[in-house]
Amino acid sequence: MTETAQRYVLAIVAHLALLLAWYLFVALGNVPKFVMPSPQATLDALLQPNYNWWTNISVTATEIFGGYFLALAGGVALALAFTWSKTMEAFFMPLLVSLNMIPKVALGPLIIVWFKYGVFPNTIMAFSICVFPILLTTARGLREVEPELLDLVRSLKGTRWQLFTKIQLPGSLPYIFAGMKVAAILAVAGAIVGEFLGSDKGLGYLMLQVQVTLDTPAMFMAVILITLIGMLLYGLVLAFERLLVVKDARVE
Amino acid sequence: MMQPFIHLAGVRKSYRRGRQEHLAISDATFDVMPGELVSLVGPSGCGKSTLLKVLAGLLPHDGGEAKIGSSEHPFDPSRDVGMVFQAPLLLKWRRILDNVLLPAEILGLPQKESSERARGLLALVGLAGYEDKYPYELSGGMQQRAAIARALVHDPKLVLMDEPFGALDALTREKMNLELLRIWKEAGKTIVFVTHGISEAVFLGSRVVVLTAGPARMADNFPIDLPYPRTLDMKTHERFGEYTRRIYKLLGME
Repeated sequence: MTETAQRYVLAIVAHLALLLAWYLFVALGNVPKFVMPSPQATLDALLQPNYNWWTNISVTATEIFGGYFLALAGGVALALAFTWSKTMEAFFMPLLVSLNMIPKVALGPLIIVWFKYGVFPNTIMAFSICVFPILLTTARGLREVEPELLDLVRSLKGTRWQLFTKIQLPGSLPYIFAGMKVAAILAVAGAIVGEFLGSDKGLGYLMLQVQVTLDTPAMFMAVILITLIGMLLYGLVLAFERLLVVKDARVE
Repeated sequence: MMQPFIHLAGVRKSYRRGRQEHLAISDATFDVMPGELVSLVGPSGCGKSTLLKVLAGLLPHDGGEAKIGSSEHPFDPSRDVGMVFQAPLLLKWRRILDNVLLPAEILGLPQKESSERARGLLALVGLAGYEDKYPYELSGGMQQRAAIARALVHDPKLVLMDEPFGALDALTREKMNLELLRIWKEAGKTIVFVTHGISEAVFLGSRVVVLTAGPARMADNFPIDLPYPRTLDMKTHERFGEYTRRIYKLLGME
């Protein structure tokens, strides 16, 4: 078996082992269902038609992916704007670093005041929480050009545009992806917090609804589904990184 | 009489740091003939790299005369300079062939011809078969060979090298010295080679220009009368020793 194959097998085994431990803990420990449901009971929660799983999944996924891609477009665009003007960077960067210190979750009540509740404000929530890591890492990546490489381009009377397309932008890709990976995890948290604070759809909303009736299996299921959406997003980012960034250049 | 390719007379360059004026080069005066390999040797901070940047057209000089090119060897500052630095500075996301092609792309040279030329140059520097590798798959010495090929791809008349082998281990460095002499002979370029290795300067150069630091000043400029092709055993020749002693003395290390 190759080393990579072995790693994959071990990863799968670890996940199955966790599942087994969960099953055994509930079965042997006689744990009441409302404290911790068995894997089977959790799966059965999907059969409850009045929980509207599909609608809730698609709403939460829309918020996560929507907020994420808005942040990606906005963060990269802003970072690009900064590299074109030193003054703009000197003016905005310190400000953005300060704004980044705001706990975005604390903005939740305000966002609800401004945008009411629903998919849009939750998308904004996800956006606001993941735009900063993307913006800051992209800006850093665009700045990291070896001065000698700059000399090389200048000695050939290369244009600003050539420097940008041939060196700065491809050079910043690994950084962009580093920021995207961090943001992928944050986007999920942002959307769910948004749903907790105010919404009428989504997996976070569903969790609050079933909490009242102590339907723990449904809460478990919701958490698992949220995690799966996050994994899907993260997986997509990793796949694109593999496609676009040379192995050696990846920033871990 | 043949005209020099590079003619420097009293070239000065100073930096302003706050209120203080820092003299990087005071009075650099020397000529380089077409096809010559000139070593610029001196301690760090003696203005070698600054002088190289002036030659590359990256920095203006403040005084004196700096002329590159002659009627027989016209010089176009935008496409007749090739540069090699201490670090290979290959682009990690490009394959070796595409790395070598970077200057040709920037200058907008025809793709097919440049590509053929780049392959030829990779063969010249001993990297045939590595065209499709990524930089991380090559050793430091091999990366520097690729950087040399990159400096030659647009067929510049002048190649400026700033301590290109300074980061390599001693054995690789000696090997690269021999390789550089071979490449120089084949490519027929004028090369200005900056180093702080005294023995390297003598071994490579047909002429050595010695610069001293604090204040930056040109101390000497003399031809190295050792025949090419040079071999490693020349380093034990008496004349080789005389040249290195002469430089040590100029740098106050005796």
